[in-house]
Amino acid sequence: MNAPAWSRRVARAGVYALAVLMALWVLLPIYLLGVASFSPQLGVYQYPKPFFPQPFSVETMAFFLKAHGVVRAAQSSVVVAVITIGLATVVGAPAGYAIARFAFRGRDAFRVLVVSTRAFPIVILSIPLAVTFINWGIYDSVYSLALMHTALALPFTILITSSVFASVPKDLEEAAMTLGCSRLGALLRVSLPLALPGLAAATLFTFVLSWNEVFAAVILTVTNRTLPALVLTQLNESPLPYRFAGGFFMLAPSLVFMLFIRRYLFNLWGRVVK
Amino acid sequence: MNARRWQSLTPYLLLLPSAVFLLVFFAYPMAEAFVLAFRAENGEWTLKFFQQMISDVAFAPALQTTLVLIVILIPVQFVVALTMALLVQARLRGSSLFLYIYAIPLGISELAAGIVWFAIFTERGYLNTLLTGLGLLAEPFIFLSYERQGWLLLAVVLAEVWRATSIIMVILVSGLQGIPHEYLEAADVFGATLWDKVWRVILPLLRPSLQVALILRTILAFQVFAVAMAVAGTGITLLAAEAYRWYWSYRNPNVAAAYAALIMALSITSTVLYLWGLRTRSEELAL
Repeated sequence: MNAPAWSRRVARAGVYALAVLMALWVLLPIYLLGVASFSPQLGVYQYPKPFFPQPFSVETMAFFLKAHGVVRAAQSSVVVAVITIGLATVVGAPAGYAIARFAFRGRDAFRVLVVSTRAFPIVILSIPLAVTFINWGIYDSVYSLALMHTALALPFTILITSSVFASVPKDLEEAAMTLGCSRLGALLRVSLPLALPGLAAATLFTFVLSWNEVFAAVILTVTNRTLPALVLTQLNESPLPYRFAGGFFMLAPSLVFMLFIRRYLFNLWGRVVK
Repeated sequence: MNARRWQSLTPYLLLLPSAVFLLVFFAYPMAEAFVLAFRAENGEWTLKFFQQMISDVAFAPALQTTLVLIVILIPVQFVVALTMALLVQARLRGSSLFLYIYAIPLGISELAAGIVWFAIFTERGYLNTLLTGLGLLAEPFIFLSYERQGWLLLAVVLAEVWRATSIIMVILVSGLQGIPHEYLEAADVFGATLWDKVWRVILPLLRPSLQVALILRTILAFQVFAVAMAVAGTGITLLAAEAYRWYWSYRNPNVAAAYAALIMALSITSTVLYLWGLRTRSEELAL
């Protein structure tokens, strides 16, 4: 083996080592919290801390789930997320379709508007909305929080659905229309089935966004707390097992969801940049 | 109305619901926020809520910590994100697995990320276990103490680097995908090192993505609060945390709205600065 090939191999190994190191940087902290969450409760206070569960136990996780209000808050979180998904899809998907399929005046302006709302501080939306919701008598409700989350999710829904529909060939839809389908029929029978995986990704993305959102949730609710809002307000009074298990419970869904969403992330950001 | 006219109206009808929704939930609250921040109970325009905000003892530390956090955070995040993005694009075996792993934190909430790093930095946590295990410490060191602002800030910075680098990575990867291979191959032909390629080819071509990522990341960093609350409790305060405290603990939406307006003003200022700063340089490049 000659020298340059050899040094290239070493460089390649170095690149792999760096890639693995970066992966460990992401995974190790999650793993450690997982260890803490799946140790027996006494193990949570144990010192020095074991680096794997000794023994594996669901006691800590069960303690969190049985704590006052946790199940109800988790239900609220799911309800808010589901309503948000429904609303964001119904309101946003038509806009995404329009952007992907029609050339019309103001399309770029609308895109810029949509993109710019993503750069909007949640703080500045939540506080006035809280005051408004109190005046309207819809404060402290999962439905009004879902409205707020829809506003936050809508830009993502519009951009993801527009890139999803843009990736479905227009020719197919036109062929269906030549064969006697109406535009709506072509959409429902041809484009929609093809767009389904992408739309599912948009749905998962919306779920994660709503499930994770804490500032608006803690400002807009009092008794109908979502899970992050509940855990945040309990932080200072709660024992370590509650915090660790709560943290792990909240981040676990993202491990699964990212698996399905990752491909679409680039659609989302790639088109903004161009 | 004839069919053709109807056809040309279709896209606008499809856009209408989301336009109305965005208007109601973005434009209206923003206007309302300024009213809350600038108008007194008797209906007169006033700066008293801002005076109240500034004269509060927590204001200066909150502003300072937020700015220091951003100044430390952003460069570190961009180095890490660019490294990750280049690794993802380096056509390694298993690169799609690496991409998945690097993207995981994107789905993790501020609060959960804060708890993750709290578990590491807390007195009986993993960092102390490691350090005593290696014999570097005789007994656990209390990192997260009110008197150790440096350690508190470091823990918050690490948690934020860990959590919020993925989004920059994703933006940079999609930017990298837009760079034609020929450019890098040409650089290879001229014997460019990796360092040269990054500085002379990749970064200049990546400028639009960098700009988007910088703007977005900075704006989001002004709103950080749950991470700090989970890691440092009340040991560290940030602008968004103060807005929350004024709204929640003091029941004063007006001062909370003043904080919100300040965060908005800082976000806009940073955006303008980035647009202006990066634009001039790209023009120089075009010469």
